[in-house]
Amino acid sequence: MAQAKADKYQQPDERGHFGQFGGQFVAETLMEPLHELRLAYEKYMLDKDFLAELDWELQQYVGRPSPLYFAERWSRELGGAKIYLKREDLNHTGAHKVNNTVGQALLAKRMGKTRIIAETGAGQHGVASATVAARLGLECVVYMGAEDIQRQAANVYRMKLLGATVVPVTAGSATLKDALNEAMRDWVTNIDNTFYIIGTVAGPHPYPAMVRDFQTIIGREAREQIQKHEGRLPDALVACVGGGSNAIGLFHPFIDDTDVAIYGVEAAGHGLDSGQHAAPLCAGQPGVLHGNRTYLMEDKNGQIIHTHSISAGLDYPGVGPEHAWLKDSGRVQYVAIDDDEALQAFHDLTRIEGIIPALESSHALAYASKLAPTMDKDQIIIVNLSGRGDKDIHTVAGLQGISV
Amino acid sequence: MSRIETRFKQRAQEKRTLLIPYFTAGDPNLATAVPMMHAMVQAGADLIELGVPFSDPMAEGPVIQKAMERALMHDVSLHDVLDTVKEFRRQDTETPVILMGYLNPVEIMGYAEFARAAHEAGVDGLLTVDIPPEEAEDYVRELEAQGIDRVFLISPTTTDERIRTINAASAGFLYYVSLKGVTGAGNLDINAVQDRVSNIRALTDLPVGVGFGIKDAKSAAQIGSVADAVVVGSAVVKCIEENVDNADNAINAVSELLSSMRQALDKK
Repeated sequence: MAQAKADKYQQPDERGHFGQFGGQFVAETLMEPLHELRLAYEKYMLDKDFLAELDWELQQYVGRPSPLYFAERWSRELGGAKIYLKREDLNHTGAHKVNNTVGQALLAKRMGKTRIIAETGAGQHGVASATVAARLGLECVVYMGAEDIQRQAANVYRMKLLGATVVPVTAGSATLKDALNEAMRDWVTNIDNTFYIIGTVAGPHPYPAMVRDFQTIIGREAREQIQKHEGRLPDALVACVGGGSNAIGLFHPFIDDTDVAIYGVEAAGHGLDSGQHAAPLCAGQPGVLHGNRTYLMEDKNGQIIHTHSISAGLDYPGVGPEHAWLKDSGRVQYVAIDDDEALQAFHDLTRIEGIIPALESSHALAYASKLAPTMDKDQIIIVNLSGRGDKDIHTVAGLQGISV
Repeated sequence: MSRIETRFKQRAQEKRTLLIPYFTAGDPNLATAVPMMHAMVQAGADLIELGVPFSDPMAEGPVIQKAMERALMHDVSLHDVLDTVKEFRRQDTETPVILMGYLNPVEIMGYAEFARAAHEAGVDGLLTVDIPPEEAEDYVRELEAQGIDRVFLISPTTTDERIRTINAASAGFLYYVSLKGVTGAGNLDINAVQDRVSNIRALTDLPVGVGFGIKDAKSAAQIGSVADAVVVGSAVVKCIEENVDNADNAINAVSELLSSMRQALDKK
């Protein structure tokens, strides 16, 4: 028994390290609040009442389980493996983000916090946070880069409708990473009553592990569903990786199944050689940012550099530390898809399956469309369709010179 | 004995509180850095905290954030900051200099390489905002090997147990952050600071400096009555910000602020 346990994938260690990655690289004022958060999280993840409440919310409010849908026409057209889509786009608020915000907001309530803050890039995590804040009667402040506010006006309005305060961040590059800096500054100032809901599997321990644990519902369901549909495990998993929460959510329950190949898809933007991308695992190097050690996009002096992706949700210079670990350990292969390839997949899925995918998820779809033809017809790929594309239609229309 | 230790001992004998000004290297430009440092010493600074610009300064308020952005517009790197200290040392071998910044630029250079270069340049200590002692084993070892003091922060939320851990990893002095918040924030509660500082003193033999929220001569004198050193950051950087187009005026404004603080500290 002890032997079996030792073989099982078990990360991070007690202090939040995934090998050399992860950890708690924060200003001193945050060390004690992080300690309290870790204790609360460890306590409630074993608490029957809490878990029952979380289950109920996921079922009744989020709409879980999300279907595992066989994309039959698209698979046939690609002429290879069968592609299944894990339909996180059908969740309330339209993406996987809500799995985590529901979990953290319930935790905030148990901890007696009355105010939640969040950072957001594309606005999906901000909307998901504002949504649960409204549902639970908590004050909500969302930090968003001024640049992103311009790009995502509809989501900004949505958050305001839900009662959240959206604070524009003009510092630095005025995008997601700067919104995260600003949320940290708010937290350090208001730690007594405030809970910081980080939207991805990055940040200081316990966030990468905690957000993962709230997102593994994706992989646990997919595992059960594929066995029901096909009577066996898939041959490959594919998910897009920005910070990496939807990916780790799908991957984690399959890590010990070594026959399942796993692919994480980063944003190659204008191409990895152009330097204008958001692919730290494919083209970055290890460093320390936002509370953890991980792969980063940085210059030779250790300054964080600007990223580019057509998808705002992948436009981030870092990545969750567990992905850094899974890359170095070789368990997951990280690849990159550029803007044009993602856009092609966006149109293909829309036309062939009648599903408009988020531009983030389109990166995963594009890689699956390359992979499927290299596999046999009886093989199976599961792609995480992490969000719906309604939020992106302005971007896509704009590229076609159409204003909607 | 390190330059920092020597300086604290001297001032303790003279019963004077140390005045530690902060500014960001490269703000308003790199050429001003060395003259600014000499002017600070002239105006009564006992130790200089020199900021290393970083693209994502998570613990800074808007004033120091903007200073770092101004410095980064000139591409000021950690190497440039080390060269600045080397230049300063040609005239001043007594005033201790610590670098203040974030881990990533040091991490990219490598701890051992940084420690060697810092020692060679005449740097006396390093304060890295985002490395708690729990993550700092290699960092402490490499800095110690080159005689570079490690300055860590203690905050209002730090428990006694962690003060002991921080004390064990530190050298030079301990830096108490007097507010929950970012640099340049809020108003000080002098009684609360006094309580905390005496609590810290009971757990350490190192001198205790206090920073955050010290804006003028009056607040410097108040904090100076309970601390071994007062650190002044945003108020200094504000003088630079207001004179960003004229380096001489910036130096004069900083000198004036520090002189007033020096007088207030020595009056008690």
